[in-house]
Amino acid sequence: MWLYVARRLFLTIPIGLGVTIICFALVYLAPGDPIQSLLPPDASEADKIAIKKAYGLDEPIPVQYVVWLGKALIGDLGKSIQTNRPVIDEVMRAFGNTITIAVISVVLAMGIALVLGIIAAIKVGSWADRLSTAIAVLGISVPTFWLGVVLVIVFSVNLGWLPATGMGEGGSEDFSFLEWESLQYAILPIIAMTLTPLGILMRTTRSTLAEILGQDFIQTLRAKGLSEWQIIVHAIWNGAPQILAMLGLQLGYLVGGSILVETIFTWPGTGFVLNTAILTRDIPLLQGTILVLAMAFVLINLIVDLLQTLVDPRIKRT
Amino acid sequence: MADTNNPTPPKRPLVEVRDLNVNFVSREATVRAVNGVSFDVMPGEVLCIIGESGSGKSVTMRSLMQLHPKKRTRITGSMRVGDHDIMALSDKEMNAVRGRVISMVFQEPMTALDPVYTIGDQIAETVMRHEGVSKAAAMERALELMQMVKVPSPERRLKAYPHELSGGLRQRAMMAVALSCRPALLLADEPTTALDATVQIQVLIVLRKLQEQFGMGVIFVTHDLGVAAQIADKVAVMYAGRIIEYGSVKDVLLKPKHPYTLGLMASTVHGQNRDQDIDAIPGSPPDMRFLAPGCSFAPRCKLAQPECLASFPEPNDHGNGHMSRCFRTAATTPAMEMGIA
Repeated sequence: MWLYVARRLFLTIPIGLGVTIICFALVYLAPGDPIQSLLPPDASEADKIAIKKAYGLDEPIPVQYVVWLGKALIGDLGKSIQTNRPVIDEVMRAFGNTITIAVISVVLAMGIALVLGIIAAIKVGSWADRLSTAIAVLGISVPTFWLGVVLVIVFSVNLGWLPATGMGEGGSEDFSFLEWESLQYAILPIIAMTLTPLGILMRTTRSTLAEILGQDFIQTLRAKGLSEWQIIVHAIWNGAPQILAMLGLQLGYLVGGSILVETIFTWPGTGFVLNTAILTRDIPLLQGTILVLAMAFVLINLIVDLLQTLVDPRIKRT
Repeated sequence: MADTNNPTPPKRPLVEVRDLNVNFVSREATVRAVNGVSFDVMPGEVLCIIGESGSGKSVTMRSLMQLHPKKRTRITGSMRVGDHDIMALSDKEMNAVRGRVISMVFQEPMTALDPVYTIGDQIAETVMRHEGVSKAAAMERALELMQMVKVPSPERRLKAYPHELSGGLRQRAMMAVALSCRPALLLADEPTTALDATVQIQVLIVLRKLQEQFGMGVIFVTHDLGVAAQIADKVAVMYAGRIIEYGSVKDVLLKPKHPYTLGLMASTVHGQNRDQDIDAIPGSPPDMRFLAPGCSFAPRCKLAQPECLASFPEPNDHGNGHMSRCFRTAATTPAMEMGIA
């Protein structure tokens, strides 16, 4: 077991290398130049060269890559071109902001999906099944950016119940989920982020449970005199590996991929940082963020794999 | 095991099934799986139900436990097990009967156990459910049961998962689950069919021993006449959802009165010469969606006459509780002796 963990952690190294190479390449393939966004249009040639030298952008790209990688290994991801602050600080703060609402969204989505999925799976074809399925399809089909905008219009602009953007006056430093003053800022982003994983997880739960409830051993459980609820518990344990796998994927997507939601609500998370970094050609920030997100994705999947072995003894990870 | 030498007054049967009809209804058709089945099982008696696939033997047994999907199943008739009128029980009452009064061993030990629960948990769960004891006490009972069904190194096996056991051990574990609350009636649905021949015998011996020890009534479904001869006190032969012959194991297997039973006997391997063909019964069982009014076996029967197609024969009494439903019983015995049926 621990050997497996060690091997999986070791495997993150080539994955990390691959990720960094690809994002380095992508950044240089894309048109545009970070220097242009830093300097006024009438800057002299000498100034441009001086700035390039200061950021190490005058070296050949492979050299830049190796230098950056060497520093990244000791936790130095360079400095943001725009803010001149260490990238690692920027990324970790954004990551903290994102992971809190991502985890809350996924937990919320999983909870609701379990309830709806169980109801639907027990009575496949009933009105309850159809209603749950309709909710799921709605969740999958509604674009998050549209939902975000509608939420802002309804709850912030028309009703005035909740703030539309940001994290509150104190920003992320003063943010606390225990105080309404700051909590209210998180509610709309969380709702917008919950809907898609809710739909996907509900469909997974329903189909997984329905398939398991049709298996032979369910009849054995019934013949033992177990209650319907006890039988459902058996079915959930049996379906847990599949549901967990989907849960991990959804969490991974939310951690890295909530660019739209975070941009709409100006939530200072990784998605928001990525968006800013791309628009301003802030290459060190972009590379650092992508690296951290890729590592987070790998880690989440490792945790899911380990949880699966705990649940299902037939999965051997050695 | 009704002791015939002992002149005590007859006990009340443990199981009484009268005129059981089971229909599966769907939009396209109604499948008449069981058509007017009646039988008794005395306490401590083993009844073997023999028949081909689709003859209604498993359906009959599952009805006793109300294991059919409610929506698509129409059941009429009466069933009594102990003091419980099965047809009158609510879902909740039925759940209390299942696993405690009546329990069941299934055909496929591969798929009939929950793959992600340990054997011990699966046994203990039933005990806890019906007797409300602590987990520790239930596990103790589980260990006892594993010893009873003769599982080697039972402590270790309690912590094992089904996929870690061989087929034979799995079926023993399945029996331990079924016996965990000392049921009065054990239903066994071809429990040895999926096992190797040598393992089959071991499982049968264990089952027979525990049955005698507990004084359980057993209904044992099989299509294997050899297995029936090993374990049965009474035999019921089913064809197309009806019992067409019933009697003590000796009477039915040695002096069969129905041409179908005769055909079954002829179609098994029992020391023929190697170049002699095995006598298969020609044709195939009828489509249970469209049952004709006459004897269902008539289209395949060598002794059939026009009257056989007109109506279903009433039971003939051959003495000693031996019953058959055939118009041509008189012709059956000579046919057997001539070896042509």
